[in-house]
Amino acid sequence: MKQYRNLIKPYLVWAFVVIVIPLILIALYAFTEDGNEVLTFSFTLENFRKFLEATYMSVIFKSFKLGILTTVICLGLGYPLAYIISKCPEKSQSLLILLVTIPEWINMLLRTYAWMNLLSDNGIINHLLGLLGISPVTMMYTDFSVVVGLVCNFMPFMIIPIHTSLSKMDKSFIEAAYDLGANKFQTFTKVIWKLSIPGVLNGIMMVFLLSISTFVIPKLLGGGQYMLIGNLIESQFISVGDWNFGSAISLILAVLILIFMSLMKKMDKDE
Amino acid sequence: MKKNSRFAGFYMGLIFFLMYLPIAVVIVFSFNESKLPVKFTGFSLKWYQELIHDRAMLEALVNSLILGVLSCLVSAVIGTLGAVGLSRIHWKSKGALEYISILPLMIPEIILGMVLMAFFYMLNLPFGMLTLLIGHTVFCVPYILMEVKARLAGMDPALEEAARDLGAGPFRAFWDITLPLIMPAVISGSLLAFAMSMDDVVISIFVNGPRLSTLPIKVYTQLKTGVTPEINALCTILLAATLIIFIVYSLITKKKK
Repeated sequence: MKQYRNLIKPYLVWAFVVIVIPLILIALYAFTEDGNEVLTFSFTLENFRKFLEATYMSVIFKSFKLGILTTVICLGLGYPLAYIISKCPEKSQSLLILLVTIPEWINMLLRTYAWMNLLSDNGIINHLLGLLGISPVTMMYTDFSVVVGLVCNFMPFMIIPIHTSLSKMDKSFIEAAYDLGANKFQTFTKVIWKLSIPGVLNGIMMVFLLSISTFVIPKLLGGGQYMLIGNLIESQFISVGDWNFGSAISLILAVLILIFMSLMKKMDKDE
Repeated sequence: MKKNSRFAGFYMGLIFFLMYLPIAVVIVFSFNESKLPVKFTGFSLKWYQELIHDRAMLEALVNSLILGVLSCLVSAVIGTLGAVGLSRIHWKSKGALEYISILPLMIPEIILGMVLMAFFYMLNLPFGMLTLLIGHTVFCVPYILMEVKARLAGMDPALEEAARDLGAGPFRAFWDITLPLIMPAVISGSLLAFAMSMDDVVISIFVNGPRLSTLPIKVYTQLKTGVTPEINALCTILLAATLIIFIVYSLITKKKK
């Protein structure tokens, strides 16, 4: 088997150059001053202090608020759907799951854009409202349009893991619960829900992480001035040009994500 | 287990309706004669004609296709070698390497994008096709690597050992036995990578540079200014292309089983 070891070398070189080194680089950027030449690092915590200013804290707060809201809506709408699908006959189940995944193959821009068509001030929904004699409602470029976009884009990431854990579940547990006299509600809360928790946690993790780090959806559906963490990072790199601060925000985001993921893992183990 | 009630069926229909309605609207209005996307005034292909005559758009499409093919070819080689190599080594660092191999799929795209941008800038690489290609391999390689790894795990190692026992050299055994067996996974992984590359906005925005633009970037910049029927037409074409790739992909993965 020794001869095959060399096969891995190109991959190792690639992984090291494009993944490991750049990640280290960003950590360096975050802790150094603006305008540094590569070889003369002067370390500072200024970038992190700047982050604590009220304007930036409110961006973080808003990102978390929308992230949590999106996750809750996805769970609320997605769990029943996953549950219903898992009760369908085997054959139609795979077809239904296919229907859930197809939108994920479609370009994110396209799916987001599709909502712009519907929600804009002179879009279809307002046109229909007008026919009913209701004056137009501003839906585009608000929190509402952003959340709609986030929910629609990330819903499959909630449905699939929940469906997986529901369909893997040993059905005899449910029969046993009924046999022991549990009613529908008790069976659901004490058996089905408990057994599906790993899937729920997985779904929550995916949806929350995706919605907290996106910047394309808020930019398109929230307008140019709309700021979430993702937009903040993007603007620091693309328009403002303060890479050190941008790196610091990314580092904070990465740490928050790591904390969140380990919390989720811990909950999963406790269950 | 009780069967689903009528309400459950209704709920399911409603959610699917909401999921597919916006996309259906895009398709319908791409064939609309009027410019306003509220009322269907008549069937017309004029937005498609306008699209064909849009130089910048066609250029972006060609860039995207070149980039997609290149990054899926390069990633197929690196990813396949990586998967085969990973399955053969017994180093202490194997766990860490496997972790690194899926890291790009776990890090938010935006962080990956800015990390690469800063890195390329530091290396003084000219931003353009090369940086886009390197950037796209970052998320294409893991997909191919995962597919091939799963396929290798289900393969009987005795097949290769038999080839070696019968006198084939290690290269010959790999080329004649292992590679044909993992080929379906290489192809389905590459298709997935191609679709991802054609779709990518976030990483491309960071590494594309001022002159070059791919199709998704072009769409993104146009969308920031608002809705046009031309974009509807473009999105419908993209949708059709995606569906074809998807169907081919599911045919290949089904055959595998």
